This record gives sequence, structure tokens and C-alpha cells, in this order.
Amino acid sequence: MQKRLIVPDQLLDIMIQRLAHQLIENHVDFSHSVILGLQPRGIFVAERLQQKLQDILGFPVRTGQLDITFHRDDFRRRESPVMANATHIDFHIEDQRVILVDDVLYTGRSVRAALDAMIAYGRPASVELLVLIDRRYTRHLPIEAKYVGKYVNSLPSERVLVEWKNKETPENNIWLITKKEEN
Amino acid sequence: MQELSVRHLLGIKDLTPADIQLIFETADNFKDVLNRTIKKVPSLRDITIANVFFENSTRTRLSFELAEKRLSADVINFSASGSSVKKGETLLDTVNNILAMKVDMIVMRHASAGAPHFLSRHIKANIVNAGDGTHEHPTQALLDSFSIREKLGEVTGKKIAIIGDILHSRVALSNIFALNKLGAQVMVCGPATLLPRHIADLGVKVELDVRKALAWCDVANVLRIQLERQQMKYFPSLREYTLYYGINKKLLDSLSKEIVIMHPGPINRGVELSSDAADSHHSIILNQVENGVAIRMAVLYLLASKVA
Repeated sequence: MQKRLIVPDQLLDIMIQRLAHQLIENHVDFSHSVILGLQPRGIFVAERLQQKLQDILGFPVRTGQLDITFHRDDFRRRESPVMANATHIDFHIEDQRVILVDDVLYTGRSVRAALDAMIAYGRPASVELLVLIDRRYTRHLPIEAKYVGKYVNSLPSERVLVEWKNKETPENNIWLITKKEEN
Repeated sequence: MQELSVRHLLGIKDLTPADIQLIFETADNFKDVLNRTIKKVPSLRDITIANVFFENSTRTRLSFELAEKRLSADVINFSASGSSVKKGETLLDTVNNILAMKVDMIVMRHASAGAPHFLSRHIKANIVNAGDGTHEHPTQALLDSFSIREKLGEVTGKKIAIIGDILHSRVALSNIFALNKLGAQVMVCGPATLLPRHIADLGVKVELDVRKALAWCDVANVLRIQLERQQMKYFPSLREYTLYYGINKKLLDSLSKEIVIMHPGPINRGVELSSDAADSHHSIILNQVENGVAIRMAVLYLLASKVA
């Protein structure tokens, strides 16, 4: 297994700062805008974005967590079912401008499921997509992100790993991992 | 990514504690779904489920049907009364005919213990036991433990008394298995004639005095006297049973602590449980019914991933 660093800690911080400013450019005071992080990994991006927006704007931006497990289209097509996560949305999304947030955009199937899951909570005024990494030329569905941290050219045999700082990992990093060749 | 260790839900006996935890965690998420405006998810849209009921049922059947519909499965219902079973068709033939219509899962209730186990050896579809005779009723036990976990925070270490007709109760047996696996302390209480011999071998305490049982427990799961299964007289009269084993508000108020009252339904009001006890703040009977849908959704969802 080969591991190549594609976004180091410092750059990731700048990236999130840039994405936050792009959001402010379009949403100004966020009075009708909300952020929804996709479970399981998009929630960490949403958390950091919310923190950054709050630092810049001086007031909190409504942020929720959306689980898409029961809306996935690969149920019964994988080895075992995916464990569900919690959905936390303590505001109405009816007539709001929703910003869906995930870490990596690959086939687009998760985002399709997220659109489906989100509709159960109301009819948003508009929906935008923000991702840290957009894996180019890998889409199965006509879905594109409006805000992108970085475009990456990758092979299907590769995987993008976003690591967040915690007890085990000392820094925030994004890696491109080449899976071992199977003989 | 976890999955159940079994292909069918025939009884709690076959489940591991990890299986039960997985069902609970999945049910937590389904409970959340059930509190939304749109209470439906598309997970099982390519699955067809037959509810095959050879015995009467209200709650269990409605609860399963609702769970199936909330998961977007296609549902067909079969009840023995008014069917060809009355013309002499065997169980296996009946079920094979249903399966020939391309059904993926069978939810079955049958008056004979072991009927779903027999079926599981002969057919390919995944089977959920919705009660087999006086043997097991696994989804009821799961929703009972789930309701205790919801009310008291956890099941481990809690004291649960199962009171009433233990001899004829599938709910009792499944509950004993489930509670033991989850690390609770279990006591059974009832007239000696309605306690199976050697029940203590299952690792439960046995008590004949209902006051002592209530004083000991955190939760009392009260069972119905199953007159329809009793071939002979086990006690002199219902009135006498009520006198010695009936639970009422006065009895609950005389205890030095608050206990939780559960009942799997249908209640015979004024027999095992008086109305003032069944409708008091002690009771979580309707929460049990609410949780039943979420638990059954979790079971069907986890088993459906194993449909061939």
C-alpha cells in the first residue's frame, strides 16, 4: 500500500478558509442558509467550516448532520449492511438554502442518497454541494460540486483518505492511497 | 459495518449479545425515522414479504405490516382462517405456494412450537418468527428489552420480574433468553401450577408471592392468563387469580420505590392488571407498542441484507 500526501495540514486550513469565504460571498449573512454534513465523514468537514465561519462572521451558522444509510442504492449489493448513524437536524430546512457538505466526491451516489434523505425533512429553497476533494472523471451520476477544495485525478484502485487530528493522528492531512495489487 | 450472525430470526436463543446490541442500535435510527414528517425509507423497495399468520394477532401483525411498509417493502398478508389450510393443505405446501409467487421473506405466527424452525430447514426464504406456540416470540422480547433500555438507560444489572402465566407464555421464554444475554437479573412469579418445572435451570429466580416479586424488581412485565391454551384448570377461578396475583395501583403505591409496569398485550383489564395500574405513570405499555415498529424495522432491515 502506497500513501501519498496530497493536502498537508497547513494547506487544509487555508483550503477551509477559502471555502468559508466563498460561502460568505454567496450567502452573506446566512439568515436563510444552513449547512448539512453527511454522515459519517462529511460531519467533520461541516464542523470545521462552521467553526471557521463563526470566527469570520462572529455569529454561529446552523449546522446539522444527515445520515443517508437507509437511502443508499447499494443495500443488498454489498457484503454486509452499512451501520446507520444519527441524523441531527434541529432546524427546519423548508425554504432554506441548504449547503450539503462531504469530504470526498467520487461516484456521486452518496450525494444522490443525501438529496433523497434530505427531502424527508422538507423542501429546501435550493441545494448546493461542497466537498474537500473532487475525484475527477469518476462520476456515475450527473452530480457536481459548487465549492471544491481540490480536484484530484485518481484511478479506481486508489482511495482518498481525509484524516482529522485526534488522539492517534497528530495532524489534519489528506492522503491518496494506492491499494495493494491483488495477484 | 456489522451484520447479524443468523439468517433467520427464529428465536432469541440463537442470537448473540452483539446481535441484540446491533438490532437496538439500528432500531434507534429507525425510531428517529418514525418521528419525521415522512416516516418512510426506501431500503427494502426490492423485497417482498409475506405475513403468514396461522394464529390470531392484532398488535404483532399490524406492527410488522407497518414496519414493512415504512421500509418500502411489498407486503402480502395471509391468515389461516378463510384459506385453503382449512381444506387440508400442509404448512410446507402453503408456504411453498406463497414462495412460488417470488416472495423473499416470511413473517410467520403458528400455534405449534418449532413451526418456523421446521420451515427454515425446507425453504430458502428468510424467516422471522412472530410467535410459535408456547415457545418463542423474539421480536416481542427485543422490543421489551429495548423499552427497558429506553426507560432506565440500560438493561444490564436491572431486576426484571415476569409475572403471570409463565407456563403458556412464549413472551416469557424469549424475554428470559434476551434479558439473560443482556446481563439483567430475571425473576418469574406466578401460581406454582403456571410455572414450568425446572424453570430455575434457565438462570432465573422463582417467586410465588407477587408482593415480594414487586418489592424486588425494577420492572414488572405482566403477562396475560392464556385461557385459550389451557387444557385443564390451573387455578380455581379468575377472581381468585386476581385476588392473589392481580396488580393494581394500591399495590404499586404500597411499594417503597417506583417500578415500571410492562405488558405485551392484549391486557385482560381487571384480571392480571387493573385499569388504574395499566393507565398509570408506571406503565410503558404504549411505548412498547411504539418501539415494536422500530424494532421490527431493524430486524427486517438486517435480515433483508441476507436475502439471496
